[in-house]
Amino acid sequence: MSFDVHIAKRLGETEIACRIESGDGLTVLFGPSGVGKTSVLNMVAGLIEPDRGHVRVGGEALFEAALGVDLPPEQRRAGYVFQEPRLFPHRRVRANLLYGWRAGAGAIDVDDTIALLGLAGLLDRWPRTLSGGEARRVAIGRALLSNPRFLLLDEPLSSLDRARREEIMGLIERLRDELALPILMVTHDRGEAERLATRIVEI
Amino acid sequence: MLTAEEWGIVALSLKVGGVAVLVSLPLAFGLAWLLARGRFPGKVLLDALVHLPLVVPPVVTGWLLLLAFAPAGPIGSWLASWFGVSVLFRWTGAAVAAGVMALPLMVRAIRLSIESVDRRLEQAARTLGAGRWRTFRTVTLPLSLPGVIAGVVLGFARALGEFGATITFVSNVPGETQTLPLAIYAALQTPGGEALVLRLAGISVLLSLAALIVSELLARRAGRGLHVL
Repeated sequence: MSFDVHIAKRLGETEIACRIESGDGLTVLFGPSGVGKTSVLNMVAGLIEPDRGHVRVGGEALFEAALGVDLPPEQRRAGYVFQEPRLFPHRRVRANLLYGWRAGAGAIDVDDTIALLGLAGLLDRWPRTLSGGEARRVAIGRALLSNPRFLLLDEPLSSLDRARREEIMGLIERLRDELALPILMVTHDRGEAERLATRIVEI
Repeated sequence: MLTAEEWGIVALSLKVGGVAVLVSLPLAFGLAWLLARGRFPGKVLLDALVHLPLVVPPVVTGWLLLLAFAPAGPIGSWLASWFGVSVLFRWTGAAVAAGVMALPLMVRAIRLSIESVDRRLEQAARTLGAGRWRTFRTVTLPLSLPGVIAGVVLGFARALGEFGATITFVSNVPGETQTLPLAIYAALQTPGGEALVLRLAGISVLLSLAALIVSELLARRAGRGLHVL
């Protein structure tokens, strides 16, 4: 089982509870805005600590309330593509891409990634000069190059025009089919969910 | 252009101001960090204490420093027994006074810049495998650098202009504690000193202007590539 997540967290007035048990491929976390989908991703990534439950990926416990296990985010090896690109504004695209670069078993090749995402022409640019679609692709590349064990995609298609959506959607399909990485993706768009998901979890 | 005596005053002022700022910078950064990011009881009190030199009459600050650094004072006796030194009537004492007076300005500027760093970028760094220290070094520090530079220059300018606390704490000793403002004051008290006053005042203005321009240029360089997420 790739994702085995069973968590609950009270944030202000909202109680976020979520149960995900999924096999390989792409799991879509689907639901309307404001129900805490992003918070679930943050809990899987280790940025928010759940009140109770567990987060296991590929059999490894990242968070286990009962045992007091809570790996810090830098040890979880999540490839997290946030809803905003969150590129480091003081580093050029190349340095952004290589920020989390980790060699090792299963590591994805830098040149291959740059080719896959069509980033070759952007390497010397500053993040503020990129368009929305370009920044999104750089953010995906940066996450992939950190040699993650799993991917977290938060609304990766939002705020893109139709052509860019199609392009990023094709890319996600390739990531799903060509890399053996489990992917957990958040969206509120049913069309996206149905096209990309191996499995849909409603929240 | 300048006489040896005037050069001496300028050099002493730069030394006092420079040492004051460099020594208080780590402390200022630590305090700014605590005030920007810390959550602890007594934060409001710490904030007020840090700002005290900004609002208390400098004479009072100087007098309090005198009490603390006097041979029988809490810090003075400690310095004497451990290092066998005293800062009274020494340029080091002038640097202490200048540092204390510059501290609130430095803390304010640095705190603002730390608060303006987008913490979502720090989260991104963490998920990319950077621990707290690497995240601080590669994200937080560079992004807050323009504010740190601004704080340093502001503090330096303040230290150069320090008068009240210095003269109360370490007196007006030519060649030892007589920085530019104190030398100007002494010249004003001397019949026929107007020419010297004019020259020293001119130097003061030029130094401050140079500091501001340098800081602006440095901050621009440090800020290049920023502005947009």
